[in-house]
Amino acid sequence: MALHLRSSSSLKSTFLNILSLRQNLGFGSRSHVTRHIRQNLPHDPPLRGSQNPIRGFCNTMAEQETLSSFGQHEDASNHQVMDFPGGKVAFTPEIRFISESDKQRVPCYRVLDDNGQLITNSQFVQVSEEVAVKIYSDMVTLQIMDNIFYEAQRQGRLSFYATAIGEEAINIASAAALTPQDVIFPQYREPGVLLWRGFTLQEFANQCFGNKSDYGKGRQMPVHYGSNKLNYFTVSATIATQLPNAVGAAYSLKMDRKDACAVTYFGDGGTSEGDFHAALNFAAVMEAPVLFICRNNGWAISTPTSDQFRSDGVVVKGRAYGIRSIRVDGNDALAMYSAVHTAREMAIREQRPILIEALTYRVGHHSTSDDSTRYRSADEIEWWNKARNPLSRFRTWIESNGWWSDEAESDLRSRIKKEMLEVLRVAEKTEKPNLKNMFSDVYDVPPSNLREQELLVRQTINSHPQDYPSDVPL
Amino acid sequence: MSSIIHGAGAATTTLSTFNSVDSKKLFVAPSRTNLSVRSQRYIVAGSDASKKSFGSGLRVRHSQKLIPNAVATKEADTSASTGHELLLFEALQEGLEEEMDRDPHVCVMGEDVGHYGGSYKVTKGLADKFGDLRVLDTPICENAFTGMGIGAAMTGLRPVIEGMNMGFLLLAFNQISNNCGMLHYTSGGQFTIPVVIRGPGGVGRQLGAEHSQRLESYFQSIPGIQMVACSTPYNAKGLMKAAIRSENPVILFEHVLLYNLKEKIPDEDYICNLEEAEMVRPGEHITILTYSRMRYHVMQAAKTLVNKGYDPEVIDIRSLKPFDLHTIGNSVKKTHRVLIVEECMRTGGIGASLTAAINENFHDYLDAPVMCLSSQDVPTPYAGTLEEWTVVQPAQIVTAVEQLCQ
Repeated sequence: MALHLRSSSSLKSTFLNILSLRQNLGFGSRSHVTRHIRQNLPHDPPLRGSQNPIRGFCNTMAEQETLSSFGQHEDASNHQVMDFPGGKVAFTPEIRFISESDKQRVPCYRVLDDNGQLITNSQFVQVSEEVAVKIYSDMVTLQIMDNIFYEAQRQGRLSFYATAIGEEAINIASAAALTPQDVIFPQYREPGVLLWRGFTLQEFANQCFGNKSDYGKGRQMPVHYGSNKLNYFTVSATIATQLPNAVGAAYSLKMDRKDACAVTYFGDGGTSEGDFHAALNFAAVMEAPVLFICRNNGWAISTPTSDQFRSDGVVVKGRAYGIRSIRVDGNDALAMYSAVHTAREMAIREQRPILIEALTYRVGHHSTSDDSTRYRSADEIEWWNKARNPLSRFRTWIESNGWWSDEAESDLRSRIKKEMLEVLRVAEKTEKPNLKNMFSDVYDVPPSNLREQELLVRQTINSHPQDYPSDVPL
Repeated sequence: MSSIIHGAGAATTTLSTFNSVDSKKLFVAPSRTNLSVRSQRYIVAGSDASKKSFGSGLRVRHSQKLIPNAVATKEADTSASTGHELLLFEALQEGLEEEMDRDPHVCVMGEDVGHYGGSYKVTKGLADKFGDLRVLDTPICENAFTGMGIGAAMTGLRPVIEGMNMGFLLLAFNQISNNCGMLHYTSGGQFTIPVVIRGPGGVGRQLGAEHSQRLESYFQSIPGIQMVACSTPYNAKGLMKAAIRSENPVILFEHVLLYNLKEKIPDEDYICNLEEAEMVRPGEHITILTYSRMRYHVMQAAKTLVNKGYDPEVIDIRSLKPFDLHTIGNSVKKTHRVLIVEECMRTGGIGASLTAAINENFHDYLDAPVMCLSSQDVPTPYAGTLEEWTVVQPAQIVTAVEQLCQ
């Protein structure tokens, strides 16, 4: 970022401003040149007289003995400490680098083992039967919805789709731990959050088909859902741009002192974007109540995480920004629920951001425009789909509590499947939005140039009606 | 809401004095007339404003002052009439403060806007008055705090996002284009983004290439945003207030060299229409379209032109997106000659778009090709002498008018 220069005399004043430690070293009579010195200094700035401010910053180890240097003193344990902007810091005479990684990776919080059995001495937030059954049912619904929409795209009925197969636990369990007032800023692989909140299968289908019942008025690609009333902000395809938006929403909630937080989801690939780093930094500085939930599913289209970053995943990045973080088994619905529940309380009560890295696997392709067998083995995909399936783990657990059965399972599955097929049929038949929706909502009121352009389009259609799609009403 | 949109219709008495007189008389006469009919014109302005629709022709605001110099000077008329004098950055600050008082959802975010008061002092004193949260100092990441503003706007706040220099907002281009401009549309109208993005831009005095950018040329294509450029304390305050009240995202372009302009502005609440151009000097021979700092170069050239017997009509277009083609069109139909004077680069600037729009819409009314004077397609040099020649100078404007009016 370029140094902010002003008029020609300001170069000198800028230089001196950097070095001046006290306000009355400010330069010139014009107020806007004098920098207001905020508290970036240690608690008790020494009130010495005409000391040379430059010396204070150039302390070398050889000068440690001379106590007359500014800002240096001994603490109780006889170790030399130095006051720098940002606080006291202890010296060390050893030349020691912080290692680029710990020997041990950060452990992953999980509560149910691979077979769905509760791990002894595990800490988790208890869920009621009602909530647990809803979590599981919604996971099943999401799985079926994804499969059917994917097939519909393959059959040519939909133009595009992106599944969340393998990540159902992250979607549903995290949503279950939030309240309806928490505002969601999704990436594009979190339709489960909307599903939990009450978005109907018909509403999903309407958006995918872009018909006139779509809340987005047919303007976006499939899976770019958005719902004002469910506090789920419209998906914007650009990666990680929703992270600063979420911080802004959290800032708004903080100003209004609401008992709610902002929650934003992103993938492992999204953590490479500049917006990720800036948003985390901002959230920490503003003390904004926002949950950053990273779905680390191992793949960003064809880029594995080993080519995405060299850190121990995403959880360690939180510390760099002063953010409390946790790594969770994303395929363990109970652990996800507990982690998000706890994090949300912390975020709101303490007004701080929390980073949650949910480890999982992207079982499906990146989208219908991708064939992931080109860059990973079909065996790997199959293993994760069968052996590490989040649904079967959670199902074992709720069955062991007597809350579920085979009968309930088959009932649910056949009901959802039937509903999905009906929903597809209705959505496909529904009329597309009117042509005027192409020009509305660009501004609050269409300005003259857009009205003119709409007129031109309509004139063209009138003279070439055979070239205009028949299912778009004028 | 007791704001008055200043667009008086009946200012014919003063208009006639502007037509082909020498500069000295121009300077003195309006103030005398202002004195006597000021109160009357207020009433006219108030009642007419309610009947007037957008773009209804020539409008002269009540205290029409011909500014014959490149930089506005203190008015000779300092009678005890209503209004108070202030500098442009103070006018911006006053507008911002009034809106923050009026609506608790208005907040400010940017680098050093808090206790430092902003690098050009537009937000001076606001942090003390409204608190650190409402006037937020952010870390250095334009994309992030612009994104933050957009997220906050979608949840009900009305942020005013300050770029320390317009050039830095290039780092925020992604958020401005992909989220700010688009989300109202792609969400089907479910979410509005009433942000104001503002900051100083333009060529200053030896600020170097990176700090002398004209971002209006890069932003003009983004659908969904509005762009306005202020040039006087009066329209600075009016546009700031209107931008904050607008439901659309608005980018307000200020100019680094205009912050210390002094003018007397009304005491009462007023806003300026965001889509409207400002008639600076009515005339008959040629229409000169300009905005921001170039307005003052044009007015300086106008002085010379008037001495040479020309009668230029000067319009400060103010609204860069969309163009006020109504006011501009009426002017073209009257004078049949157009000169555009801008600070943007030759390629792809506001002038280029405006030339295309005028040619397309008013081709039949033109007696000569539209001429556009712009800066060269070079990064702004640091050397003062070179920098001076990258911006259009009054002498070039005079030559261009003479050429067009042959």
